[in-house]
Amino acid sequence: MSPTVKLLQGNEACVEGALAAGLKFFAGYPITPSTEIAEHLAERLPRVGGRFIQMEDEIASMAAVVGASLTGAKAMTATSGPGFSLKQENLGFATFTEVPCVVVNVMRGGPSTGLPTSPAQSDVMQARWGTHGDHPIIAIYPSSVPETYELTIKAFNFAEKYRTPVILLMDEVIGHMRERIELPDEPPIPIIDRAKPTVPKSEYLPFDESQGDVPPLANFGEGYRFHITGLTHDQRGFPTSAPDKTAVLLDRLHNKIYNSLDDILLWETIDMEDAEIGIFAYGATARSATRAVRLAREQGVKAGLIRPITIWPFPDQLIAQYAKQLKALVVAEMNLGQLVNEVERAAQGQVPIKRVLQANGELILPETILQAALEVK
Amino acid sequence: MAVRHEVRLSGSGGQGMQLAGIILAEAAILEGKNAVQTQSYGPEARGGASRSEVIISEAAIDYPKVTQPQVMLALTQESYNKYRHDLAPDALLVVDESIEVSDDLPTGTQVISVPILRSATETLQRPIVANIMALGVLVGSSAIVERESLEKAVLNRVPRGTEDLNRQALAIGFQLAANGS
Repeated sequence: MSPTVKLLQGNEACVEGALAAGLKFFAGYPITPSTEIAEHLAERLPRVGGRFIQMEDEIASMAAVVGASLTGAKAMTATSGPGFSLKQENLGFATFTEVPCVVVNVMRGGPSTGLPTSPAQSDVMQARWGTHGDHPIIAIYPSSVPETYELTIKAFNFAEKYRTPVILLMDEVIGHMRERIELPDEPPIPIIDRAKPTVPKSEYLPFDESQGDVPPLANFGEGYRFHITGLTHDQRGFPTSAPDKTAVLLDRLHNKIYNSLDDILLWETIDMEDAEIGIFAYGATARSATRAVRLAREQGVKAGLIRPITIWPFPDQLIAQYAKQLKALVVAEMNLGQLVNEVERAAQGQVPIKRVLQANGELILPETILQAALEVK
Repeated sequence: MAVRHEVRLSGSGGQGMQLAGIILAEAAILEGKNAVQTQSYGPEARGGASRSEVIISEAAIDYPKVTQPQVMLALTQESYNKYRHDLAPDALLVVDESIEVSDDLPTGTQVISVPILRSATETLQRPIVANIMALGVLVGSSAIVERESLEKAVLNRVPRGTEDLNRQALAIGFQLAANGS
């Protein structure tokens, strides 16, 4: 079976990936620069027996996604900064009630309604801590149109496997640019579906830690009687304030993610084997950084790229490993300093860090990153 | 570094520059090359000057934006004025005959000034195909993709029933390129 070669936008590739992963429900409130995701799913989802609903706002969209997923449907919403803010409350609800879903945030300039048609990477900390309370989150971030397709499938796989919301971060550059992509007839990676209960319906407990860190999730409507609440809950899903039960729940919530970092952390490096200058960049900025690495190498400077694909959990170990090897580490991002603080924390003072920060609505130029690399060499 | 062709197509909003950029990128893909197409999404996308940019390369395309176009099309004076500022040296500049070309172009710029809008209006009575005709001129004078792939890409994209009209527009474009260079 030969793949179909197409020219697609990142947003369109996200749609293809979601459908390949088995998406059956989308609720959203279209917003630039994510609109094409809703636009194309409105047309495509009904053809595969799915449901598309344009909701009254982002808050309701996120609520609908949680509800749909609890009936067993793979569910997603897509938004940008202002909408991402509104989704935070129900996103937190989904993390605590452990409801699998995918939230796409195609980042634009902020704060507030900011720059609707311009790229930014200023929601990366919001993806981590936008919703309140101690909660783990998985956020992954592609750098190309083909990768958007693959990572959208992975986002659903992570959501289903770990029974958690997954944030697919993108930026306006990746969302809107059209690029060559090979679409296979069959998904390029195995599709993961959530584990189903194996116990009799009368014995089902939705938050039973004896079932492992990821207890199976029953579908509402199939005869399993259980309760879902945003309050701290016991194995049955009913509210509790008992300290021991609270601790067990929160520990398990974190363990299911942090004990699986080998599976969850994705990254790419270019020319890092002998690199003296590392460039840390992600999303569209990593493409500028890739060019900067090549330009630096042409000038005899041993530069290399460190590109985290999984942004959250943060790849501490990856940074710590290279911090020992490098003379300097350049961090480039389209915001005024967000992930660079995580890089500094993970590097633990082992390497000088140079910040290339830009939040003017334009993709950082390769030359700007190159200049920084030459200054620290 | 592998050869990277940067192309900018500009005109007024509604002249079909975005579609032209998509078609050019798809023609490159038909040849097994890599291509990236980007466009301006700002308010200028409605009326005023509009641009669509395409990068074509045999190798992987890293930085996805055009910074120094080696090939540029301008169909209107406004788009010419607004978007010519960062032309590469020795660039190919295709303009409609109605455009007054300034004397501040980089050295070695090859200017091809041909009647694209007039030919679409007078010869074909269909100004709407000016973008396809312009692609013919552009590819005819730059050979950035093969004529055959361009024609195939055009026919993949245009509405059914307009194939002949668009083939004619392309042919006139290639003829204008042959006359103009």
